Amino acid sequence: MATKILLENLAVEGIRAIDTYMANGGYRAVSKALKEMSPDQLVEEVKASGLRGRGGAGFPTGMKWSFLDKKSDKPRYLVCNADESEPGTFKDRYLMERIPHLLIEGMITASYALGANTSYIYVRGEMMSVIRLLERAIAEAYAKGFLGKNILGSGYDLELYVQPGGGAYICGEETALLESLEGKRGNPRNKPPFPAVSGLYGCPTVINNVETIASVPWIVNNGGAAYASIGLGKSTGTKLISACGNIRQPGVYEIELGLPVEEFIYSDAYCGGIAEGRELKAVVPGGSSVPILPKELILKTAAGEPRLMSYESLADGGFVSGSMLGSGGFIVFDERACIVRNLWNFTRFYHHESCGQCSPCREGTGWMEKVLHRIEHGHGKMSDIDLLVDVAKHIEGKTICPLGDAAAWPVGSAIRHFRDEFEAHVKHPDSCLAKHLHGAYAHAVPIMEP
Amino acid sequence: MEFSQEIKREFDQIVARYPQGRQKSGLLPILHRVQAEYGWLSTEAMNAVAEYLNLNPIEVYEVATFYTMFHLEPVGKYVLEVCRTGPCCLVGAETLLQYLQRKLNIGIGETTPDGLFTLKTVECLASCGTGPVLQIGPEYLYHEHLTEQKLDQLIDRLRSES
Repeated sequence: MATKILLENLAVEGIRAIDTYMANGGYRAVSKALKEMSPDQLVEEVKASGLRGRGGAGFPTGMKWSFLDKKSDKPRYLVCNADESEPGTFKDRYLMERIPHLLIEGMITASYALGANTSYIYVRGEMMSVIRLLERAIAEAYAKGFLGKNILGSGYDLELYVQPGGGAYICGEETALLESLEGKRGNPRNKPPFPAVSGLYGCPTVINNVETIASVPWIVNNGGAAYASIGLGKSTGTKLISACGNIRQPGVYEIELGLPVEEFIYSDAYCGGIAEGRELKAVVPGGSSVPILPKELILKTAAGEPRLMSYESLADGGFVSGSMLGSGGFIVFDERACIVRNLWNFTRFYHHESCGQCSPCREGTGWMEKVLHRIEHGHGKMSDIDLLVDVAKHIEGKTICPLGDAAAWPVGSAIRHFRDEFEAHVKHPDSCLAKHLHGAYAHAVPIMEP
Repeated sequence: MEFSQEIKREFDQIVARYPQGRQKSGLLPILHRVQAEYGWLSTEAMNAVAEYLNLNPIEVYEVATFYTMFHLEPVGKYVLEVCRTGPCCLVGAETLLQYLQRKLNIGIGETTPDGLFTLKTVECLASCGTGPVLQIGPEYLYHEHLTEQKLDQLIDRLRSES
């Protein structure tokens, strides 16, 4: 049985309520942290755990925390990024819906470590039901004395609030999120200054993903070394993987990092194989922004080693033959899926979600969408394929925030690995796979509880 | 226009979440509250929000036009928002969207003549493992694992409830 850090109590009936949550060991970390540990000790434990940002970037959390400017006399803030919007990613919503107090407990311990007395959870506005759940959970935590003034007699004060977004993918980018939290359009800020120095209201701020913060209570209870002993190499601990697409058992699975990709796709404990006994064609392993890999490269690296679910193994081979763990949004395509149609869909998404601040992204995503639309709909030219590569190259690395990269990487990788499919669309427009399965795609089987 | 005392009290509670002088942070939650009350954001409503928060009206307009959840024109009683992003399309969202258009006899972005339904598409709702999905405002409840049969039942139920 694989170690469970986040979803251990998933099956406990009534775990959403604070009494049940506490009866199952909940809020022990708050009491231990506030009574037995100094904030600096807590930061050291998180550093020792090797925990890395679970929103997609994978930056070491302890290091991010240690960058926070503690010499400044301004207030410090912790902001939780619950703006989960990356296509293929639904793990944060799952966690907040099922065990909301785990996030609240994480927010209290992490806020204490950072010396923040006011913290916000920024939830995407579409998840109004999650917002209502979190607000109820926060009220329960106040009533038990885990929030408010002088928590558990420790002298530490914390106010915690939920902030709704308004429907904008870009607000998952941390500086856009801060702009939005300040009541503005979600236009990302230039860095530096980094939020650790000048974030919310110009004050030192840490922004962490839901899953990252929810991992902190376990680290407090069990120690950083115990966390670091789980996983593989620099990919320590467990990760929530949200699996979707053409698989038998879509759902959210907590895996120990280092699990072979092949086992994750084919084992009945996880995806359960490809739906309806079809063949695997390709996988986007870390949310729509990361490079797509064909079957042979997702199961094995270019060197022939088994590909593992870890930051390092999924990135093995760089963008030539590898991808990224990203947010853990694992999108599986079966043999019938049309790579061109999917890429057009993703590119349309990035065009729609570009904030419009930087011209390469604002214009480039629109051009790519138009060219892909033309190819998918049978009006493409052979030169369009290289044109797409060229436009993508002129977006990548030339924008304030990573949305430009996120729009460019799927284009580059799809053409790198599936150029023949693009060429076939140009030469024989009727060959498009999607045309033959109009309305034929079966519905996914109901979500499986891990 | 004037907001009711009750709504203003809710606005006061929202603004109390932020430090003194940072009341602008309350703009998104307040716009959501106003939309829940009136169904959409009229210029008069946005001006009244600006006045309450002590902002220039343009600061409200630029935010209301940036975020896709805010309706700047009147909408139907039920806003059906169907996810159109990749993972949902892998499990049949495009076909269902076409079915819904035929069933309601309206295009995307349109409202039925009886004012009951507005059909919209939205980007990924973080429900990729339970797609196809649509959500229904003003409560924003998710309806997952959609099929044509489920859509029939849903539309029938909403029609009979109103």
